[in-house]
Amino acid sequence: MNNADKQVVLEAHGISKHFPGVIANNNVDLTLHKGEILALLGENGAGKSTLMNVLYGLYHPTEGEIWIKGEKVHLQSPRDAIDHGIGMVHQHFQLVPVMTVAENVILGSEVTTAGGRLNMRQAARQVNELSQKYGLAVDPSAMIEDLPVGIQQRVEIIKALYRQADILILDEPTAVLTPQEANELFHIMRELTAQGVSIIFITHKLKEVLAVADQIAVLRRGEMVGTVLPSEATEASLAEMMVGRNVILQVEKSAAHPGDVILKVEDLAVLDDRKTSVVNGVSLEVRAGEVLGIAGVQGNGQRELVEALTGIRSVASGHFFIQGHDATHYTPRQITMLEVAHIPEDREKHGLVMAYPIEDNTVLNQYYVQPYSHNSIVDRGAIRSHANALVKEFDVRTSSVTALASTLSGGNKQKVIVAREFSKPVKLLIAAQPTRGIDVGSIEFIHKQIIKQRDNGVAVLLVSAELDEIMSLSDRIAVMFEGHIMATLPIAEATREKLGLLMAGSHS
Amino acid sequence: MAIQASEKGPTSSFGERLASFWRSASVPIMAILLAALIGAIILLLSGANPIDAYAALFKGSFSNARAIGRTLEKATPLILGGLAVAFAFKGGLFNIGGQGQLLIGAIVSAAIGFGLGGLPFIIHMPLALIGGAIAGALYASIAGALKAYTGAHEVITTIMLNFVAINITDFLANGPWKDEGIVARTPAILETAAIPKLDNIPLGFFIAVAVAIIIWYLLFRTTLGFEIRTVGLNPNAAKYSGILVARLTVLTMAISGFLAGLGGSIETLGVVGRFQPGFNVGLGFDGITIALLARTHPLAVIPAAILIGAMQAGSSQMQFDAKVSFEIIDVIQALILFFVSAEMIVRWILRIRADGDGGVRLSSGWGQG
Repeated sequence: MNNADKQVVLEAHGISKHFPGVIANNNVDLTLHKGEILALLGENGAGKSTLMNVLYGLYHPTEGEIWIKGEKVHLQSPRDAIDHGIGMVHQHFQLVPVMTVAENVILGSEVTTAGGRLNMRQAARQVNELSQKYGLAVDPSAMIEDLPVGIQQRVEIIKALYRQADILILDEPTAVLTPQEANELFHIMRELTAQGVSIIFITHKLKEVLAVADQIAVLRRGEMVGTVLPSEATEASLAEMMVGRNVILQVEKSAAHPGDVILKVEDLAVLDDRKTSVVNGVSLEVRAGEVLGIAGVQGNGQRELVEALTGIRSVASGHFFIQGHDATHYTPRQITMLEVAHIPEDREKHGLVMAYPIEDNTVLNQYYVQPYSHNSIVDRGAIRSHANALVKEFDVRTSSVTALASTLSGGNKQKVIVAREFSKPVKLLIAAQPTRGIDVGSIEFIHKQIIKQRDNGVAVLLVSAELDEIMSLSDRIAVMFEGHIMATLPIAEATREKLGLLMAGSHS
Repeated sequence: MAIQASEKGPTSSFGERLASFWRSASVPIMAILLAALIGAIILLLSGANPIDAYAALFKGSFSNARAIGRTLEKATPLILGGLAVAFAFKGGLFNIGGQGQLLIGAIVSAAIGFGLGGLPFIIHMPLALIGGAIAGALYASIAGALKAYTGAHEVITTIMLNFVAINITDFLANGPWKDEGIVARTPAILETAAIPKLDNIPLGFFIAVAVAIIIWYLLFRTTLGFEIRTVGLNPNAAKYSGILVARLTVLTMAISGFLAGLGGSIETLGVVGRFQPGFNVGLGFDGITIALLARTHPLAVIPAAILIGAMQAGSSQMQFDAKVSFEIIDVIQALILFFVSAEMIVRWILRIRADGDGGVRLSSGWGQG
């Protein structure tokens, strides 16, 4: 493929975006050619989303210029970006679940007849045409909430195409997909580019990049490290570009010495918010001094399993025991009292009170016990010295423990949670996505802390969507699919291929 | 950013404290000034001299001991009504039912006040006072329980319960508890139940101030307060940390209702002397203005209530001296409420930088568990 012949459709020159105290993008250049898939690779926090939000008009760059099809543009809002043919498919879909595909597609640019009446028939026809032209196979009359995630994503793509987009930005589109759905998406992407659409594909998954991209641009800490062709790159070389050094994917750890069973789960069933059963008869055991990793594509019941085991969600049937106590119907506090630490999946929703100072967040799990309170009166001094000690020990970067939690970066927020959970005796650690979206330094630090806990005889249940994280920390790996444990493998037998098949629901 | 977990003790420098005070107080102060300014324009347009009017307002509220006594008397139920709303806000609840809880508190304290004879002051007055407050608490916990266990939004239920309270108290004052004569009202309370005045200063005011300090201590120095604020700021994190959110929601509403009910009690036992329908109108709603003006801080409720109380106390002097209708006071009060709630407007006008934790969260939104 010779890029020199191809028309440049989008060019960003020297884009910088500063936030108070953070340089999210620093002098970034980006070039997208017509009919090309440009993969934008980078770790979480590398500045990919910021860059895309700049291109989509959501942020105004501090410096730099954007050229679209040879014309210099000033994007004031997404509306401007759409007018210039840019469409974005966000990681979290912007769809109305109780409306049909066609209604969602036309929302905001409705087709009307004279007098302002909606012309749904024409809308449906246009959706059908787009769907057929690009091989998207979507039924315009289907209700969004009835569609699987992969199809919903196609609706988002149709939405962009309907608005005449010829530059598509796909923000981590595969994060929510099974491997099969991801493959279908790649076919669609190739079909789109064959017909002249240009795509920026954001991801941090190396394999996907090598499989689908025409060009690979790598961002690291807000700066463009370089652009390479897939034929010239390997997973290892890309990983090195992403983190700036050879990543030690394998966390250093000695062999596990499993002890007594600390967590025993028997035939557990849990319902989700819509009252459908998403955990269907899960049984497992975690012993002291070992890490049991739960692998699986997100949305296969892992979240509900964790919520049930920590008392946040009620159990539909089955039992679980912590240190021999039947904790099935315990409250979250009763479970905490059994020396359970919990790193929640969503640190901003469950893990922290953002409008509280850091010091208050460090005692969320024990503000009610000595020395943090006496006879129901809070001891501010004890809380402050506790917080100061934790901030020091866990290297939380902040000016003061009285700063609000919302002022911390993602990695430092997570460190506050980890520090808090490890600041009291622990027998069982339940960690859900412990390093999602944080910087490499924090990831390494938290991984080491988890292994340290394991070596101190803590039983660890680790749930993660990152296969690499599961493989590098776990002693045994259970794969979850549609609410079942497909299989549990010792780490020695767990290969990516085996796990991948199990994650897709295949036993062979 | 250096790792500076320094021993930055609770005592920060005077400058820092001043800056922090200004960050939280600038919007309310500017809201008051803007409201007064617009009020002045309205006075001008209606042909009155705003300087005379405001001078008369001040004269009627602060110029002598009697005026100050009247201001503090007016401020007393406002402090408690403001505390009720502010306290509920801290727990993430928007209690619009202060009016209903206040009425229930007022009539129950009146009933204890006229119905239980033969008790000494030292027992009778506190009993009537606390009885009304507890009635308010129980009444508010209906809305709390509906929120906690069925998800019914407290804004809706407390508004509806206001109407229920109005009709219950009307019925009682015109039926079983009606005084002799043609006026629909309860008998006067016995002397042993009345809250006395010290010269011109109503004792109820000091009760209200003491309660504000207790509420501040409860919210910021006890584990219960920590839990209430945690639920208010992030119910998910509260649940995760083991707080029983539903139970706490009921308790928060009950305490809020206790405060509103206490406001009704003090008004009955210290000012009105009986329950009479129509005498306490609006006191509960003014609590919303005051809580927002105080940015939900329990101690800031005191000056906010004194301000509104002074405006109400001075309004008749203003009407007399400057010949302006006292409804202008309602207009200014409404403008203050408008500017404190639409604080973005004030910030925009005055170019005040938004502080990190933002203003008051008015509501958790419709239908969010």
